[in-house]
Amino acid sequence: MARIIVVTSGKGGVGKTTTSAAIAMGLAKKGHKTAVIDFDVGLRNLDLILGCERRVVYDFVNVINDEATLNQALIRDKRCKQLYILPASQTRYKDALTKEGVGKILEELSKTFKYIVCDSPAGIERGANLAMYFADDAFVITNPEIASVRDSDRMLGILSSKSKRAENGDEPINEYLLLSRYDPKRVKLGEMLSVEDVQDILSLHLLGVIPESQSVLNASNSGTPVILDEDSNAGQAYADIVARYLGEDKPHRFIDEDKKGLFGRLFRSK
Amino acid sequence: MSLLDYFKTTKPNSAKLAKERLRILVAHERSARNQPSYLPELQKELLKVIQKYIQIDLNDVSVTFDSDDEQETLELNIVLPEQPQS
Repeated sequence: MARIIVVTSGKGGVGKTTTSAAIAMGLAKKGHKTAVIDFDVGLRNLDLILGCERRVVYDFVNVINDEATLNQALIRDKRCKQLYILPASQTRYKDALTKEGVGKILEELSKTFKYIVCDSPAGIERGANLAMYFADDAFVITNPEIASVRDSDRMLGILSSKSKRAENGDEPINEYLLLSRYDPKRVKLGEMLSVEDVQDILSLHLLGVIPESQSVLNASNSGTPVILDEDSNAGQAYADIVARYLGEDKPHRFIDEDKKGLFGRLFRSK
Repeated sequence: MSLLDYFKTTKPNSAKLAKERLRILVAHERSARNQPSYLPELQKELLKVIQKYIQIDLNDVSVTFDSDDEQETLELNIVLPEQPQS
């Protein structure tokens, strides 16, 4: 049985697709057969972030409508053989997704995959609802910024009331907080909500903090999930997140300011 | 800005303000989220029944729903007019 992970946030532009690509690649690199599905029908972008946009022939909606088989639509990643991508359709609308269709595909994938990562679209419409409906675990991506925190809280409400687990009265979805675009310098200056502030409001288990990093844009420019940039702090942050999710004990990093610079070294008592 | 000003400046802490605003907002939205969807309908129907006997309007009837781990409470509050109707 596969574990189904939804990557969600409510608000757009906080890093859902970046995170989906990174953690799917991270899980695959750890040797787990992983599928990552783009639920953003009509506005697909996961293919770009993973660098396979020119290999898309069939998509998610084709499989739902029996116009292609799952194996025809799945794209195997060239860098990691354990990773498969199911792209969204670019020419349809979100109502092309049905609960039965999505359920059928997830069930079929569950037979052979260990992890299924669902990249949710922004908003709380059908695509987002279906991305989280079947989930076992939810990665809630939040930026340290009021609109994002509020929308995350809204998503938490939906996760706990509108998911399959909630409807069946099963054990609730495990919810994890991923705080991205974090800037410890601005937090120290009192200009940005801190990790503790966000946790106080959302009361979620923190899976990791991803620092604001230029490497994220560089990675998407080249179609490489940022987790493969092992020298970058964002890449390392995602690697830690995957390890923690898999049960490894990794102390949190990137929460405090970098202890670099002559001034810092001279005046820091350590 | 002189060098002295630089040391004197106390930066406004906007993060603190953001947290306070969020705390209030999120608490409010969470309590609204847990309300059953039939409340407005219930309120209207109750009003109709009560209006048969007493002259009141919608604002005089309040229906609130609260829940904690142990129990759920439905609170009904009706404000009667000061002068009894003849």
